[in-house]
Amino acid sequence: MRFREEYRDPAAARGLAAAIARIVTRPWTLMEVCGGQTHAIVRFGIDELLPQAVTLVHGPGCPVCVTPVEYIDKAIEIAARTDVILCSFGDMLRVPGTDGDLLAAKSRGGDIRIVYSPLDALAIARAEPSRAVVFFAVGFETTAPANAIVAWQAKREGIGNFFMLVSHVLVPPAMRAILAAPGNRIRGFLAAGHVCTIMGYEEYEPIAARYRVPIVVTGFEPLDILDGVYRCVRQLEAGRAVVENQYSRSVRRDGNRAARTMMGEVFRVIPRRWRGIGDIAESGLGLGDAYAAFDAERRFGCVRAAAAEAGTCISGLVLRGERKPPECPAFGTHCTPERPLGVTMVSGEGACAAYYRYRGARAVGDRP
Amino acid sequence: MRVGRVDFGGIVKAINLAFVPEARIGDYVLVHVGFAITVIDEIEAGRVFEHLRELGELAGDGAP
Amino acid sequence: MTEAGGFAPACPAPAGAPDTVQLAHGGGGRAMARLIDTIIRPGFADAELDRRHDGAALEVGGPLAFTTDSYVVRPLVFPGGDIGTLAVNGTVNDLAMCGARPLFLSVAFILEEGLPLDLLRLIVASMRSAAAAAGVRLVTGDTKVVDRGKADGMFVTTAGIGRIVAPEPVGPASVRPGDAIILSGDIGRHGIAVMAAREGFGFETIVASDCAPLAAPVLALLEAGIAVRCLRDLTRGGLASAMVEIAETAGLSIALDEAAIPVRDDVAAACELLGLDPLHVANEGRFVAFVPAADAARAVDVLRRHGVSDGARIIGDVGDDAPGRVSCRGALGIARAVDMLTGEQLPRIC
Repeated sequence: MRFREEYRDPAAARGLAAAIARIVTRPWTLMEVCGGQTHAIVRFGIDELLPQAVTLVHGPGCPVCVTPVEYIDKAIEIAARTDVILCSFGDMLRVPGTDGDLLAAKSRGGDIRIVYSPLDALAIARAEPSRAVVFFAVGFETTAPANAIVAWQAKREGIGNFFMLVSHVLVPPAMRAILAAPGNRIRGFLAAGHVCTIMGYEEYEPIAARYRVPIVVTGFEPLDILDGVYRCVRQLEAGRAVVENQYSRSVRRDGNRAARTMMGEVFRVIPRRWRGIGDIAESGLGLGDAYAAFDAERRFGCVRAAAAEAGTCISGLVLRGERKPPECPAFGTHCTPERPLGVTMVSGEGACAAYYRYRGARAVGDRP
Repeated sequence: MRVGRVDFGGIVKAINLAFVPEARIGDYVLVHVGFAITVIDEIEAGRVFEHLRELGELAGDGAP
Repeated sequence: MTEAGGFAPACPAPAGAPDTVQLAHGGGGRAMARLIDTIIRPGFADAELDRRHDGAALEVGGPLAFTTDSYVVRPLVFPGGDIGTLAVNGTVNDLAMCGARPLFLSVAFILEEGLPLDLLRLIVASMRSAAAAAGVRLVTGDTKVVDRGKADGMFVTTAGIGRIVAPEPVGPASVRPGDAIILSGDIGRHGIAVMAAREGFGFETIVASDCAPLAAPVLALLEAGIAVRCLRDLTRGGLASAMVEIAETAGLSIALDEAAIPVRDDVAAACELLGLDPLHVANEGRFVAFVPAADAARAVDVLRRHGVSDGARIIGDVGDDAPGRVSCRGALGIARAVDMLTGEQLPRIC
């Protein structure tokens, strides 16, 4: 497939890794903020190609991981009702709530359907007018326009049995929270290419300036990621800290205008709680007043904040990039994909799951 | 909403084109959850690829 | 429907000739006899079945291989096959993987009340064709009916008997370091076919299941005098599960080369779209063979002469450096660990 295979060329990848090795003179710690990038890095072994001096840390880029536990609980509660069909992306089904996950709720008889797109959920609502159809709308800015336009379409058609349980999160506030945290070691970022395809990269410029960190908008294929790392290291070595666009074949500075307009029409910015991180002001999206009728929380009751999660799970530290999965004492022993203690092991994109899947329980080849 | 048939390299699926009003037949698009979110800029792709090739080749002599 | 005295029959006789399965069809009475006599027995058309006895009396003529499996697929009919073809080929293939020539099958149906009889006829006909194609006979069976909602339409269990023709035991215990691993063809078709049909992903392109009998290429390997160490047909859990199970049972390591593992373009595209790894996707007409390295090229030749295994390739080898470990060298030349999936494979979006 064009625009895919050529970005996986092994010789070019080795060449890029060597180019990075030639310019690096001191250790640098970089963070990538997208679950898809984490997945690619571990799947293709990109971090093993990089010189020792460059450390890649996996940030909170997995929307599944950062969805607050109370939203999982709410989804389970809604799905248990016989007059409801809950529609969700597949990756949400194994995320642990306070007491089990959606997959367990499905086996107890809840009508829970995996959908590829929010459009599929709307189609189900049209086909089943006597039941309420609730779509579990999670994700970063990449997914928000799709969810927005489906709500807009539902309103246009007057579909009264379609609802959305919204738990959208925004990347820039999370980056600020990480950079502002005391003891932060992150010196540069690979920004999520798909998020920036929608939002553009204007909003990252003040972050780069304020915290003096280079931010490189990066794609998802191995060569994109290596190129992103190269550009980031090049800036760091030169003492520069600006936003650079590696993924220019998809990303423009002002992003996708039609998508951003639709998001503004349907959603409004609200505070959000991030699992493993805590509350971040103005870091999420909720339905605007004009779309309140589609809000599952209005129809089925508001989500109530849950108590803090206790236990040996350090997924919060992993999500913030303060620990790598193999550093967790439970990794591969008490905590495996079969018996996960936390979200980063459950979600296919979670850093712990990615490590376990591609490196094994012993995580051979990892540097602390 | 405009819908198009997108070929994913063997699988063809109907994809919503509401966010890419400029998309035409033959264009490559980035797809996420059933929506095309951008048309791939082939000229930009070519530029970046040239840059990648130069980088890779320059380091080729010293490559491990 | 209570008679005087309060006795209520548990299984009321149906009125008229229904076009769906009724509880009465499992009751052991005339209705059941009629179902078997008009649909099942003529559908299978076997002399042994026609004897209408409790069991079949058979000659095997040598050491016996015996296996059983249950089939619970949804939807019952999908591109490239149905629960009937799965039930026949699945058991035929398990026998072949023992190094045996498959001979006889039994079939047990658990039918859900309300299942359309036309669908039952279709499945029975499917099983008959599959059995004929695989060279086996369906010689005995059973039918039960359960209440609506208790059986996803139909569950099928088949058991099979074959005659072992491999000169040496075929299984993980026979695998040795240095052995070559041969895969009979491209992977992932069945899982994608069924998932797409069940979840309604709206793919225009139809991927068909690879469901097929594998006895012929296996017997050909044995007849060619190849010292087959181990055979395994790939089913749920895909190539990854088969490799991990064998590596763990044999206490040896397996190294695979991703570039050598064939995946068709449409299957690869569907996997990328859904966030699935082809190594974990189910197959129903593919197997792996472990043979001594010296026999590998010849084994590939033999397999390629059969339609179902014409895509045979060497995909890796066996080592003894890390017992139970399976690794796969990827596109960039870096090896990654391969493990079985935890539970059901779920499509991943982001």
